[in-house]
Amino acid sequence: MVYVPPSFEPTVPDAVASGQVDKVPVIVVGAGPIGLSMALDLGLRGHNVLVLDKGTQLSDGSRAICYAKRPLEIMDRLGFAAPMLEKGVSWNIGRVFFKDTPDPVYSFDLLPVKDQKFPGMINIQQYYNEEFNIAELEKLDNVELRWGNAVTNVDNRDDGVTATVETDAGTYTLEADWLIACDGAHSPVRKMLEMGFEGETFRDNFLIADVKFKHERPTERHFWFDPPFNPGQSVLLHKQPDDVWRIDFQVGWDIDREEIVKPENVTPRIQAMFGDDIEFEYEWISVYTFNCRQVEHMLNGRVVFAGDSAHLVSPFGARGANTGFQDVDNLGWKLDLVIKGLAGDGLMKSYDDERSHAARINILNSTRSTDFITPKSKVSSLFRDAVLELAHDVECARGFVNSGRLSMPVPYPDSALNTPDRDDWTGGVCPGTNSVDAPVIHDGAEGWFIDHLGWSFTVVVFADEDGISPEMRKHLQAFLQSDVASKVLVISDQQDPEFETLSDCKGLLAERLGAVAGTAYLFRPDQYVAGRWQQAVSARDLIAARDRALGIVEEAA
Amino acid sequence: MTDRLKKQASFDSPDDVYQLIIDMHKGLSDEESQLVNAKMIVLLANHIGDAAIIAEAAQLARDNTLSRHAKETV
Repeated sequence: MVYVPPSFEPTVPDAVASGQVDKVPVIVVGAGPIGLSMALDLGLRGHNVLVLDKGTQLSDGSRAICYAKRPLEIMDRLGFAAPMLEKGVSWNIGRVFFKDTPDPVYSFDLLPVKDQKFPGMINIQQYYNEEFNIAELEKLDNVELRWGNAVTNVDNRDDGVTATVETDAGTYTLEADWLIACDGAHSPVRKMLEMGFEGETFRDNFLIADVKFKHERPTERHFWFDPPFNPGQSVLLHKQPDDVWRIDFQVGWDIDREEIVKPENVTPRIQAMFGDDIEFEYEWISVYTFNCRQVEHMLNGRVVFAGDSAHLVSPFGARGANTGFQDVDNLGWKLDLVIKGLAGDGLMKSYDDERSHAARINILNSTRSTDFITPKSKVSSLFRDAVLELAHDVECARGFVNSGRLSMPVPYPDSALNTPDRDDWTGGVCPGTNSVDAPVIHDGAEGWFIDHLGWSFTVVVFADEDGISPEMRKHLQAFLQSDVASKVLVISDQQDPEFETLSDCKGLLAERLGAVAGTAYLFRPDQYVAGRWQQAVSARDLIAARDRALGIVEEAA
Repeated sequence: MTDRLKKQASFDSPDDVYQLIIDMHKGLSDEESQLVNAKMIVLLANHIGDAAIIAEAAQLARDNTLSRHAKETV
């Protein structure tokens, strides 16, 4: 194999010998992409975080390779999107093939949405994501990573958690206020708590071959339904950096899992696709059966689940890791405010509500993709073939072709944290939805709106030619009188004397937010809209909306 | 469920439309006919462009069939 993951020395803390019980605010279990970014998020907010991982190395293969726009925005907030973009492959062209027809049923151009900071999707091996994340973590002295530390018991109480941790040299005990389980699909913590993990196992298997071709090939995503080199099944091809290609063969239910992953049994499949004389090396081979499952509660006392420990989806649509990063994004600011004693009772529960809702939507989408790709009845097979045949000639059939709906952020329209609209809106971004991006000018430099949101509650106010009115200024000043981190952004072509000011240089921000002079939006620290007002927002409106988004005000009956 | 699916007759000359549907299957194998029917549904569904109407038609077609063929479904 080409790739050997870097490994780390197992940590044996002094507590093993001394028997001392240390107390930490937050334990993160699992140093995969989700656990690492969770630690980084809380670490950057100044909390002491201890990350425990039972293994001693990064991801042993490319694994999660597709990173969508929203997770990239989150990584950017955390400080490691730049190396992801630099190393990653942005892909634009996707082609869908059916049976032996050499020209595609149709092709699509997934050109990044214009005038936003991040592209729709990049491909990059999971271990790079982990490496870039760890590089940021190493800059923090309030986050400690312990490899070779396995949590073997969790006592979950109303006021905290006691964890037993096993190392090579013996066990020790930790006390924590919170424990975040980012310990993956087989989550030992979930099992220790005997949490339900209901859902469906699909009676099918997929063989992953990550191969490095000796010669360059065009950067395109190809998806085949029922090709001659895998009759009756599907095949997916994705480009990764370093000339590595992900090939995903659907192989059915009745297989010998040990035999099928042997290189001598994979090679004929690759030769059937690319010709007998194709030259390549293997980077990673794996076989998997997929599940669509969801944990009973993502919040359970002082234990919180995030990432694969909380939800599993089929890989079609890249909704696994991408969803996990959005769990982190949702949890970070909430836990921060809870630890600081600034949140209401409803805030932690809203993590469970919002992210369990997102998990259900992701499972719905990935189940639909799976049903299209692997029809379960004669009639669904018939409709799939009808749509694929029709799609070649008729544009309107193409939308029905479902080779995976790529991960998009899930809005929370019914969240208790939202302040419902008072005005009639025909556009813009609804409460409970993540922000759009647009180009702006700040201090004379071109940049992006999204860079100015996040970490704190942010009021965005659109000024008229004369700037913001003295009355509005008073309301904004009153809003800022709070222990909860809050800021004001004025959208204006002239610098405001008091507040951070952005010029909407192309007019796209106002257009995308459906804003006119006087319009205000309140964004949560995760860049989601808490509330919005077309005109005449008052300090009372803003403070009430912030309180509601802090879980302080109960949902109206 | 909405109640917007048109249930009154639309055509002055229904025979022509009926014939058209029958002719669509002329000379086709059963398998081809099935595909043609499916394609017809997809094209018409797109043309209607209203998921609520399609849901109503789907429900009506299904209920009508189940009520006539109840024995076979028990």
